[in-house]
Amino acid sequence: MKIAVTATAADFDAPMDLRFGRAACFLVVDTETMSWSVVENTQNLNAAQGAGIQAGKTIVETGCTAIITGNCGPKAFRILTGAGIKIVTGAKGSARQAVEQYKAGELQESSEANVEGHWI
Amino acid sequence: MKEITVLSGKGGTGKTTVTASFAALISNRVLVDADVDAANLYMITPHTVNSEHPFEGGSLPKIDIQACTHCGDCITRCRFNALEKGPRLNRIACEGCGVCAHFCPEGAITMEPRVCGTWFNSSTENGPLVHARLGIAEENSGLLVSLLRREARKQVEATGADYILVDGPPGIGCPVIASTTGCDAVVVVTEPTVSGFHDLERVAELAAFLKVPVMLTINRWDIHPMMAERIRAFAKEKGMHHVGDIPVDEGVTAAMVKGQPLVTCSDGPAATAIRGVWQQVVNFLDDKHGPFKMAL
Amino acid sequence: MIITVASGKGGTGKTTVATNLAVAVGKGTTLLDCDVEEPNVHLFLEPKNLRKTPITTMIPVVDQDACIQCGACSELCHFSAITLVADELYLFPNMCHSCGGCVMVCPAGALTEGSRELGELEIGQWNDIELISGRLRVGEAMSPPLIERVKEAAEGRELVIVDAPPGTSCPVIAAMNGTHYVLLVTEPTPFGLNDLKLAVEAVRVLGMPFGIVINRADAGDDRVVRYAEEEGIEILMSIPYSRKVAEYYARGRLLVEAMPEMAEAFGGLVEKIRAAVERGTR
Ligand code: SF4
Ligand code: SF4
Ligand code: SF4
Ligand code: SF4
Repeated sequence: MKIAVTATAADFDAPMDLRFGRAACFLVVDTETMSWSVVENTQNLNAAQGAGIQAGKTIVETGCTAIITGNCGPKAFRILTGAGIKIVTGAKGSARQAVEQYKAGELQESSEANVEGHWI
Repeated sequence: MKEITVLSGKGGTGKTTVTASFAALISNRVLVDADVDAANLYMITPHTVNSEHPFEGGSLPKIDIQACTHCGDCITRCRFNALEKGPRLNRIACEGCGVCAHFCPEGAITMEPRVCGTWFNSSTENGPLVHARLGIAEENSGLLVSLLRREARKQVEATGADYILVDGPPGIGCPVIASTTGCDAVVVVTEPTVSGFHDLERVAELAAFLKVPVMLTINRWDIHPMMAERIRAFAKEKGMHHVGDIPVDEGVTAAMVKGQPLVTCSDGPAATAIRGVWQQVVNFLDDKHGPFKMAL
Repeated sequence: MIITVASGKGGTGKTTVATNLAVAVGKGTTLLDCDVEEPNVHLFLEPKNLRKTPITTMIPVVDQDACIQCGACSELCHFSAITLVADELYLFPNMCHSCGGCVMVCPAGALTEGSRELGELEIGQWNDIELISGRLRVGEAMSPPLIERVKEAAEGRELVIVDAPPGTSCPVIAAMNGTHYVLLVTEPTPFGLNDLKLAVEAVRVLGMPFGIVINRADAGDDRVVRYAEEEGIEILMSIPYSRKVAEYYARGRLLVEAMPEMAEAFGGLVEKIRAAVERGTR
């Protein structure tokens, strides 16, 4: 299964990024082999607006089935859930640890956006 | 680490004076001036600028006059009257929508990043100060505010600060949303005037919308004690936590003229009150079983 | 003639000057509250015969049946207000800047121009003065189009006084644009001077005639006066500080009630401005 996690750097052991739209980057992880690849998010970091929407689009295009992140705004939420992607929050530590917590069933799928606006 | 944003609704309530004093009372904090349209905090916060950076937000068309055949298509399509005969760009009116560039039959227009201002990394006696200056008539103050908050978080990692203190912009618009989204709590500085009360209602609506717990202090409360009482009652009804009030004090302008936070150069009634208010803010944030948790 | 009352930041007495000016002139004056995020004029001049109409702005409307999911609109839109994700077209109305680009570009004719509500226009009367104001919806970011609509509502009036939003960003420029004179209200403090300088820069960018009103004139020092002298900017009026004025203001009452002697000065202010505008157009 392929899932994505927001990370503060292009490294599986970097701390996970709590922001979604303006996350430093996304890591796409194969949960069986724990192999990972990087999807950049640099242009969204400085986007005047719509970062969450564009990031949502990016994630949908990776073909992942879930995204582990901290805060997800309503616009990105609409796009992700529209494409059937699960939004998982509450993880702590590095991106690797976040994926492990997810595999262990320790994390919850969120049923609604948990931040308002498009600034985080 | 806790992030606190100080708001006022209406301008001129003494928000910046209060923020500068809070900042002086915390030994290890990152201070952010998010009132980027009229940044004043740096004027009463002694600091040294370490680095300055351009701030880009949105885009702006660049017209290659050599390639242009003067067909006028861009001028007719622009909904914001930002293109005049020539074609010449009116930078102020341009929204950066890119319509002119997309439809130019000669491909003579390209969209380039728009430089909207400058931001600074500075240091003060008890921690970093991140601040900015937005260019005249520039938009994207919300983006600039979120950039400053992002820088502040980096500074927290570097310094291990306990607090991020944000001097928020007035109003309830986009930069206010940008300075409040995702912070731990808001302190509203208001004044006991009809307009102060009215604007407080708007801020309360916004905070409820953003689901952020709100604390309230009334500055110059003794100008109109009855109104102050009405505001306290209103705050209670809206679930805001009242953290004490600040009286009129001539020392406030004197400190401003000296370029210092009030609490570092005065032991007058306002300075004493602000110390008390800050203590109550800390208590509120620390109270695990208190209203802070309940508001969440 | 349209006079904009502005200030580099809020709380300097901008609304006080705008309302008292309108009251001093009286009959035939239209007062516009363009501070749409925090409209305050109605607190001092309570409007009668209030009429409210919604203010809308253009947004695209999608005909899902006609859409061929080509993504052209999504690529064009600089604000992500219309976005195609995996053959699904999403519209985010409050991100839309109403540029019309998506409607122009759609090859299938699947987009048409619709509208959405930004806020309200309120038109009322206070004695002989017409009051027009705009009120932005909470959580809404697009104030400039709302300000434009408020100004349009006052077209063709004899004397219009505009209470502008504070600051020097887009909404303020939107309020000042196309008016004849800008009155900058400030206080004689370091903050006041700093914000005044920014406001002066903004007015100069627009190339409009302007002058200064100093509020709470005796509360600080002479730095604003010195600055005005150096820059050759006219100081049209100084309003002294008084606790009585502050208390009247707090109760939503007018300065001219607390200090009747100021009424004449406000009346004279309009004449000074008229003279300055005429000098400027010559
Ligand atoms: S980018 Fe948009 S607003 Fe700016 S000039 Fe071109 S069409 Fe007009
Ligand atoms: S659309 Fe292109 S070619 Fe036509 S006037 Fe504009 S810049 Fe020139
Ligand atoms: S009108 Fe302009 S801003 Fe609005 S959705 Fe269409 S392209 Fe985007
Ligand atoms: S441009 Fe028209 S047809 Fe293409 S995706 Fe957009 S709405 Fe659909």
